[in-house]
Amino acid sequence: MNFGRQLKEGLLTQNPVLVQVLGMCSTMAITTSIANGLGMGVSVLIILTLSNIVIAAIRKLVPDKIRIAMFIVVIAGFVTCVDLCLQAFVPAIAASLGVFIPLIVVNCIILGRAEAFAYKNGVLASAVDGVCQGIGYTLVLLVMCFIRELLGAGTLNGIRLIPEQYPVGMLTLPVGGFLVLGTLIATMQWALSRSKNKEESK
Amino acid sequence: MDQIFELLAITLGAVLANNFIFSQFLGICPFLGVSKKIDTAVGMGVAVTFVMGLASAVCYVVNEFVLTRFGLEYMQTVAFILVIASLVQFIEMFLQKSMPSLYTALGVYLPLITTNCAVLGVVLLNVQNNYNFISSVVYGITGGLGFLLAIVLFASIRERLVFADYPKNWDGFPIALVTAGLMALAFMGFSGLKVW
Repeated sequence: MNFGRQLKEGLLTQNPVLVQVLGMCSTMAITTSIANGLGMGVSVLIILTLSNIVIAAIRKLVPDKIRIAMFIVVIAGFVTCVDLCLQAFVPAIAASLGVFIPLIVVNCIILGRAEAFAYKNGVLASAVDGVCQGIGYTLVLLVMCFIRELLGAGTLNGIRLIPEQYPVGMLTLPVGGFLVLGTLIATMQWALSRSKNKEESK
Repeated sequence: MDQIFELLAITLGAVLANNFIFSQFLGICPFLGVSKKIDTAVGMGVAVTFVMGLASAVCYVVNEFVLTRFGLEYMQTVAFILVIASLVQFIEMFLQKSMPSLYTALGVYLPLITTNCAVLGVVLLNVQNNYNFISSVVYGITGGLGFLLAIVLFASIRERLVFADYPKNWDGFPIALVTAGLMALAFMGFSGLKVW
């Protein structure tokens, strides 16, 4: 068990969005306000952890050929649960995330982790992996929300920080999603290559 | 007559104004992953268009005559993804037997379509918008055509990016995302068509 290393991988060196470049659709589509990002991030965190646990538990019973179909059914089941819970308890967030909640089923992060990690490792390790990757995803969402909401709308969680005439409205539009995510990935590549160079020169 | 206008509005919206890639963020993964060459981009676009049209038709029938009739709407996500997965599997087997040339041309992209969120997205949007059978199928096909247009344009720009001079850290996805962002800005010009 190596919790520290898994956490570091999820947050930085193997970050699902910035390094593995998975789950782009939701990352760009819903990061227009902090509340949206938090709702989406926590939903994915919960679904990822639960589906990782179940898939790790049944990994020896599932024939190799139909594993993808099995993964999808397990994930779809949990997504439906989370979707219904959101609609019941936080209807405002459910309404603003809209079609992107059921679309978590085809979010590559969850299927990718099931295939790459949970299908090969034990239940406990897979649960930890789910939590770490989920936190990594949520963190990126929050950073994107922070940039897009603060600079695009001039507010943070609905509280106005920048007077109405100054914000760059473009950032809340689809264009902003592409540009902000591109810049974040470029920053990540720069940081990773720099730390690699440092290790090599030692 | 109203029906024709509605279909026209759906077509214009799905291809230009509400393009699946540039304004709804559906299907970004294959859009970024399979757009390094124009040939493969065309293959992927055609395959996605076909599956989106077919999935819209089948899922409409499933939703109308099975889920709604028996009060099982909460099973929509599970039912739809199963329909799409088996549809893709079926198309794969069918093409392998009857059109081997097309099958080899599409190759590995066929199974990937299952996890393309544009396909599940169009089906869910059909239900959300209360489209009837014809509108659903038209929305599916034109949404696919919008995807095809976007991915082919993007692939042709990316082929030229090889010769561009940009900072090393922007290599790969970042520069592709910036390109896509500028294309999204251009597509925003079509949003005036929404008056329809």
